[in-house]
Amino acid sequence: MFEVLIFATLNGLVTGLLLFMLASGLTLIFSMMGVLNFAHASFYMLGAYFAYSISLYTGFWPALILAPVLVGVLGALIERYGLRRVHKSGHVAELVFTFGLAFLIEETVQFFWGRATKDYRSPDILDFPLFTLFGQNFPAYKAFMIFISIAIFIALYFVLTRTRIGIIIQAAITHPHTVGNLGHNVPMIFMAVFGVGTGLAGLAGVIAGPVLTTFPGMAVVLGSIVFVIVVIGGLGSLAGALVASLLIGLLQSYAIASDVGMPDLLNWLGVSFERDHPLNDIWRLTLPQIAPILPYLLLVLVLIFRPSGLFGKRES
Amino acid sequence: MNILKSTVCLLRYIPQFCLTLALFSGGQAFAQDPIRIAFIDPQSGTFAATGESGYLQLQFAADYFYNDKGGVLGGRKIEVIALDNKGSAADSQQQLRRAISDGIQFVVSGNGSAVASALSTAIERHNRRNPEQRVLFLNYAAVDPILTGADCSFWHFRFDAHSDMKMDVMTSHIAANPDIHKVYIIGQDYSFGKAVGDAAISMLAAKRPDIEIVGNELHPIGQVKDFTPYVTKIVSSGADAIITGNWGGDMVALGRSIIDAGLDVPIYTFYAAYDGITATLGEAGKNRIRLVHNDYANPVTNEVRRAYTEAFKAKFPHKDITQPRLATLLQMLTLAMEETGGTDPFAIATAMEDMRVTNMTGEEVWMRGADHQAFQPLYISVHTDENLVFDADNSGFGLVTEFSVPAADTISPSSCNMNRPQQ
Amino acid sequence: MFKYAVWIIFALALLLLPQVFSSLLGISILSQMTIAIVFALSYNMLLGQGGMLSFGHAVYFGLGGFMAVHALLGIEEGDYFFSVTLIPLVGGLFGLLAAIFIGSFSTHKAGTVFAMISLGVGELIAASSLILVSFFGGEAGVSGDRTYGPTFFGYDFAQHLEVYYLAAAWMFVATLAMYLFTQTPAGRMANAVRDNPERAEFIGYSARRVRLISFVMAGFFAGIAGGLFAVNYEILTEQNLNAATSGNVLLMAYIGGLGFFIGPIVGAVVLTLVNSVLSHYTDLWMLYLGIMFVLTVMFLPSGLTGFLMMHRTPWHLGKMHLLVKPYILTAIPGAVFALSLLAMVEMAHSFETELVFLGATLNSDGIMSWTLLMAIALVAYVALRRSLPRLREAWAQANAIDRGDQS
Repeated sequence: MFEVLIFATLNGLVTGLLLFMLASGLTLIFSMMGVLNFAHASFYMLGAYFAYSISLYTGFWPALILAPVLVGVLGALIERYGLRRVHKSGHVAELVFTFGLAFLIEETVQFFWGRATKDYRSPDILDFPLFTLFGQNFPAYKAFMIFISIAIFIALYFVLTRTRIGIIIQAAITHPHTVGNLGHNVPMIFMAVFGVGTGLAGLAGVIAGPVLTTFPGMAVVLGSIVFVIVVIGGLGSLAGALVASLLIGLLQSYAIASDVGMPDLLNWLGVSFERDHPLNDIWRLTLPQIAPILPYLLLVLVLIFRPSGLFGKRES
Repeated sequence: MNILKSTVCLLRYIPQFCLTLALFSGGQAFAQDPIRIAFIDPQSGTFAATGESGYLQLQFAADYFYNDKGGVLGGRKIEVIALDNKGSAADSQQQLRRAISDGIQFVVSGNGSAVASALSTAIERHNRRNPEQRVLFLNYAAVDPILTGADCSFWHFRFDAHSDMKMDVMTSHIAANPDIHKVYIIGQDYSFGKAVGDAAISMLAAKRPDIEIVGNELHPIGQVKDFTPYVTKIVSSGADAIITGNWGGDMVALGRSIIDAGLDVPIYTFYAAYDGITATLGEAGKNRIRLVHNDYANPVTNEVRRAYTEAFKAKFPHKDITQPRLATLLQMLTLAMEETGGTDPFAIATAMEDMRVTNMTGEEVWMRGADHQAFQPLYISVHTDENLVFDADNSGFGLVTEFSVPAADTISPSSCNMNRPQQ
Repeated sequence: MFKYAVWIIFALALLLLPQVFSSLLGISILSQMTIAIVFALSYNMLLGQGGMLSFGHAVYFGLGGFMAVHALLGIEEGDYFFSVTLIPLVGGLFGLLAAIFIGSFSTHKAGTVFAMISLGVGELIAASSLILVSFFGGEAGVSGDRTYGPTFFGYDFAQHLEVYYLAAAWMFVATLAMYLFTQTPAGRMANAVRDNPERAEFIGYSARRVRLISFVMAGFFAGIAGGLFAVNYEILTEQNLNAATSGNVLLMAYIGGLGFFIGPIVGAVVLTLVNSVLSHYTDLWMLYLGIMFVLTVMFLPSGLTGFLMMHRTPWHLGKMHLLVKPYILTAIPGAVFALSLLAMVEMAHSFETELVFLGATLNSDGIMSWTLLMAIALVAYVALRRSLPRLREAWAQANAIDRGDQS
């Protein structure tokens, strides 16, 4: 029982921090431009694929640096030549554009890399168990993931609150026109933030690719969860994104690890139903079975009772 | 309409457009036309890799064994038309209608039991409502037992062993291993995953009552990104063997997580090979991953089979022969065509009942008439890099057979109550 | 008078199209289009007319469809006795109920919050559909048979042509109903709330209630589309509820054009053709669809219909003829450029070394084919660069109102 709790917490931490890397980029972009970037998880996928291809020639570590930069540059270009153009047509058009972009990126990846799963591996140097507890290994690579995610958070926090450019960005979030009037090149800032946001997503992809498998459906698998997190955490709040990511990561991990379900509840209440009762499916539900849809349930509840999210500053 | 069709074609407009118009106005088949087989499987989307591979293998088998040797039924070539069903039941029906429009009488499909079920029902209904335009359904990979059981159809023939047969072989292999005392079952939460779990439990109970089932876990399909939490449960249960029916992304992720956690137990699977999975599992899966299937992968002793695989790899270096039973399917189909002298689906179906052939690997395959289920030897193979003639995914790793069950031992009683049409 | 003529022509077209496209495939595609049209129009009630972007509209389509299949099963087993022609109504009513329930908590706000709730609800219901096997049938879905129950003037709907006419009749009625809705006060207020909810509240309408009405009506018509789907395919699965289907209807409405009633109809027809015909000729159809979508959003934000309607001014001014030559001079190089790129993409993707593209045989191993294609692309590109400014100028001229002799 105790070992299950420890590993569940560690797993939840790894997942949560990875999701945070994705969510932080999305939150930055949303805070800046009011655009909910549907294609964010697609940049994550691109990061993994770029890193895979680069690592075939240079190994993992150069890919760790190069791939996110490539993705960031691509993101910046898309902002400059695509999103900016669509911006004139309104919010709905922007959302639809990023939606179409997600679709397009997935198809393009399949075109260039094929549809089979890619053998993208973690570096050999990290391919050892960090510690073994109760018969199960905890891979060093996962500790590396945690380390990188925390480092990114600290770096982001530092840049946003302690450097000049960070202050400008924070100002541009709430008062873009004033910042423009002060002489700063706001469109350039937008482009840079979009690039950094997508670069962060790419970095998440580089790191997560070996663990979560690199295949064309990897964006779809994570995409909606990231949105859920950003909305639950509060649109525009980085701290909220962190809290929500950890919350969702741990919640899912604990739900899967537990073995409770409706049958236990019903037994406790002394109620039972026959096999072919129409609602039998609900009565036999266990928590592990519904673990992956708990985030959506949470999303709907949060949106009904607290539409601005846990830490939210702006709604749209 | 016919005049319109020929005029447009004669004028040599964009040939594709000409073809389209012909399709929309109804097609006609002439005697020396190729015999067309519709291959209705996913060609785009999540399962495109398997569908694409299946199409290439079927057309290759047709070319290698028949077209390059003069064709069948007096020189007619076999042409496989790939129709993308995008993995959906409704699109499969749409493609079926397209095939029927085009005068095609044979449909081959197999990816996904749900889709196969829907197709089988659709074809049965169509044949009943339109007896002059009948179609035969040749299922090469959908393994839900129900297709040759409660939902059996005269027009459906299955060329793969169904999941209960495969589970029978798997449990026999497990039962023969005295070191296994605790088994953990994990699968995707849908009919196939549940069927695998249920069959495993009942069969193990009969063969080795001392084996304890320490877990029977169902997870939502395609939703789980990281299986580590599940692996934690497996470890804490003390299992010494794992059984799973997972396929695709779920199989890779599960396999990876188990290996990363350092769990050194045999993993019995249905689908843990090819399409990038072997390459991804690689060294870490050696001697752990096992597969139950009806393809004798390695060592390849049969010359015909070896030549065939080499020819295929020469033409498609990035693909593997993953479904050799497609060749068996064609073998039975063409034999029935030659026996009946034509392509009438009713005659062919009747001819295929209780047919016996020896396939290219030298195995005898019997198509039982009672339920249209094919019986052939089944094997358990292990993922390794030793003793390989042909590897998978060009990775150096592949499947080597370690346990085999002759066809006769895989036969279970038929539970099919078939509605046979009179003519 | 013109307005009535449009509807009459529409009805006539519906009656006569199966005579032109009489093969099983043709009729099947026409039926597919009718279902898509009803679905896309119902979506536009939300998005184009109501300003509510929903990522979970497939839920009402799917729920309506599932209820319809259960009704079919009920008819087959003799529990109910009514004609299959009323099945779409069953679907519609269930869609309506679902929309009332979900709309009760999701229409408080429009904009991003609404979009996110619709996404969450959509994912929840799609995921639940695999768990609640008794209603949704698990992965295999629920299957029914439409040939039972009382016959309709002797027709039992075993033949696809009969199904088409049933679907076309329902589509006509639904389209008419949705059009009339846009003319009612509720429909007009939906437009008002879309444009300026605050002002709408000032004149005494509750923005929330107006949104709820639109939402519920959209759910009703989506349910009707689901019912039509059930009759046509006799099977509903989880895929009819999922995010991909929701995305598909968004595509249809957007590409067709959100700002016009007829927009989604155009979008539904075009996308059905792309889905069924294009996919037959190339494996890469989804890639092309993605490119088409992104280009439409970037360059034609008001959709295909919007693009056509942009020509209203030149038409009224009688200056359309000014545009004919520039369009031809732009369209031909443009098409050649696109086709040459397409050919190169197809060659790169193909497994075989020889590829037949539009009647010409291309060899992907040989330098000849590649250089030839690139040369053609280059020439076309240059021609395009030269004709575009002329097109722009002609456009400006065609839109300019002559002021007689004043200079």
